Amino acid sequence: MSKLSQLSVGQEAVIASIDASSVAAVRLMEMGMTPGCSVKMIGSAPFGDPLEVEIRGYHLSLRKTEADLVELVS
Amino acid sequence: MSVDAPARTLNVALVGNPNTGKSTLFNALSGIRQKTGNYPGVTVEKKHGSFTHKGQKVELIDLPGTYSLAPRSPDEMVTVDVLLGRQANETKPNAVMVIVDASNLERNLYIVSQVKELGLPTVVALNMGDIARDKGISVDVIQLSQRLGVPIVATQANRRGGLDQLRDTIVSLLDSDSIPVESPFPEEFRDKVGQLHAKLQEHDEQSTRYLAERLLLDTSGYLEKELTSGGKELHNWIVESRNQLAELGQPVPAIEAISRYKWVQEVLDGIVTREATRKVTLSDRIDRILTNRIGGTIFFIFIMTLMFQAVFSDLVAGNLMGYIEGFFEIIAGFVDASLADGALKSLLIDGVIAGVGGVLVFLPQICILFFFIAILEDCGYLARAAYLMDRLFSKIGLSGKSFIPLLSSFACAIPGIMAARVIENRRDRLITILVAPLMSCSARMPVYVLLTAAFIPDETIGGVLSLHTLVMLSMYLLGILAAVGVAFVLRRTILPGETPPFVMELPSYKFPSISGVLMVMVEKGWAFVKRAGTLIFAMTVIVWALSYFPRDEEAATAPFAEEIAQLETQLESASDEEAAQIEHRLAEINNQIDGELLRGSFLGMAGHWIEPVVRPLGWDWKIGSAAIASFPAREVIISTMGVLYNLGGEEDEESAPLRETIKEAKWAGTDENVFNIPVALSIMVFFALCAQCAATLAVIKRETNSWRWPIFTFVYMTVLAYVGAMITYQVSALVFLS
Repeated sequence: MSKLSQLSVGQEAVIASIDASSVAAVRLMEMGMTPGCSVKMIGSAPFGDPLEVEIRGYHLSLRKTEADLVELVS
Repeated sequence: MSVDAPARTLNVALVGNPNTGKSTLFNALSGIRQKTGNYPGVTVEKKHGSFTHKGQKVELIDLPGTYSLAPRSPDEMVTVDVLLGRQANETKPNAVMVIVDASNLERNLYIVSQVKELGLPTVVALNMGDIARDKGISVDVIQLSQRLGVPIVATQANRRGGLDQLRDTIVSLLDSDSIPVESPFPEEFRDKVGQLHAKLQEHDEQSTRYLAERLLLDTSGYLEKELTSGGKELHNWIVESRNQLAELGQPVPAIEAISRYKWVQEVLDGIVTREATRKVTLSDRIDRILTNRIGGTIFFIFIMTLMFQAVFSDLVAGNLMGYIEGFFEIIAGFVDASLADGALKSLLIDGVIAGVGGVLVFLPQICILFFFIAILEDCGYLARAAYLMDRLFSKIGLSGKSFIPLLSSFACAIPGIMAARVIENRRDRLITILVAPLMSCSARMPVYVLLTAAFIPDETIGGVLSLHTLVMLSMYLLGILAAVGVAFVLRRTILPGETPPFVMELPSYKFPSISGVLMVMVEKGWAFVKRAGTLIFAMTVIVWALSYFPRDEEAATAPFAEEIAQLETQLESASDEEAAQIEHRLAEINNQIDGELLRGSFLGMAGHWIEPVVRPLGWDWKIGSAAIASFPAREVIISTMGVLYNLGGEEDEESAPLRETIKEAKWAGTDENVFNIPVALSIMVFFALCAQCAATLAVIKRETNSWRWPIFTFVYMTVLAYVGAMITYQVSALVFLS
């Protein structure tokens, strides 16, 4: 199963699950990252981190470490 | 509630996601009838406003923008406490207004779902419809209102659209009943919440169902510490319940987002239409350039350069500062002409006008900086700046959100520290506040200019880089590096903890509201003027008194009495040329008397007293006194040195005589110069690192609501400055004096 952090720019995928044990995961879920929702990679900041994704019709930035918590449907 | 109930005030709490135009709407509704303050113990801002509509008075409480009503820190708890009427000195709201972004309904309805569970009469302000239209989104407002079971008003906050209808609807809430509490959670979860609520009520009758639900969901343990007396039995029950729920396929806390977003999807099903292919908006196209690796970096550097150019160049700020200086000179001249010499005149000119005027001179820079920051924030670029800078800041344990406060601090730490409010993580905000005063603010500039011009040879390295520029630049870099080091150390010592997540919305770009930008500028500018008028005023009066008393004019004048009398007689019969010479000599004597008086003052005594302490820095007692005098505001050092070196207090950093005199100054009874390159460097380093600004410390006190942090800042910066200056002197003495 691949992770959100591995998605390449322009690619879209559906979220399978989120490792809910960390505080960051709760934030991500509140911001709309829930299983079944689709997410698209927009790009990354100049140093390669953080990432910018599109979810539920808006743009969200998150670090790679946080994107690692999100598993995608393969 | 019956319609003929006696008139009462309607207290409405404003809730909503950040970037939805909530503050703009609050400002538009309440106009100038606003009051801002802080809640004790936390850094949450308290904003009250009011309006009267159709004879009904409405009080508004603007709560901080938030994506969720799940408290995980004291700051977030305030919002929930206000809504539940648990906040001391705050009336329980009898209605809630939720501001939602029409272009982003899916995520914005999440908090609507939480607000609905409070059961208070609610109105939804559907804002930013224009951006929704640009994105090709249309919303069936009537249907949405029916499904939510609350009135909805379409507003256009930045153009004051829909305000009357919104006021009508708010006032009508007075007659509406509480709305039925509707939980989106599955039945098993609701049962558990009910049981927990009953258990909590055994201990505390006031506890609400909402808090019981939050307690069950909050796995971080924060609420448990906050709400319950921490009984082992209750804790075990909660843990056991969470396990049972997980087995039922309702894992805590994930179940909340899953349930609420499911509810949101049901509500929006069929009433929000998007054009088949998602429109590529102008915002998307702009963003493709501005967050692009190369284009984004270039634009970022360009916009920062532009901003600093505007703040520091003569073109804008410089001229305005000149006018302010001119204004104070005129006042000083007026006071000088209309008052007899004496304590009062000295207090007004040397104390109040020099001290307060010296600070107010920075008002244009602060206004220009805030003008830029407000525009960048309003149009949505600041979020991108934080995004671009996050990687760099994460290396020292902060996040990109610290970028703006630290940037503002280059003009002045005061607005910088206030700008730290955008950081929602308490620890990050505190560290940012504590290191902000290390950024080289504009008040350090005069010190750098004076000493660089006097002691650093006017040479260029390789014919390009001027040594002067290099030294100035080093001072700015020194501040930045010190801030990096201190932040790094604080993270690992007294403020440890997990690196907070960087999960941030990148809002759509929009055209900034000019009135909003101007309002921010005036608000910040005025706050600065108020501080200068109160705290700086008080401090300058104190420093003035210390440098004025005790005053034995006779003793100071005695050695020169004869000469003065002689000169004055000569003056009567002198030719023009002779008169000029005599007057010059008289002025010299006056300056020597002033110097003698200062040496005898409390400040002068303190200078002598601390001389052993400042010796390792290469300083004499005069520099020591000047440093002490400039603790309230570092600008004071220039005028104090002027007085101490017998030149009168009218010196500024470009004054050639002051530059020449300090070059010539000798250690008492020797031929040895007081000032040399190592001493100049040591003074500059001291001023770069020291917390010589009472106003900054006062703002730290206000923003952190504790004396602990301003004291901490003062101590650590003073130690840093002392050690830094000592190392600089000792090392550079080896290089330059051997």
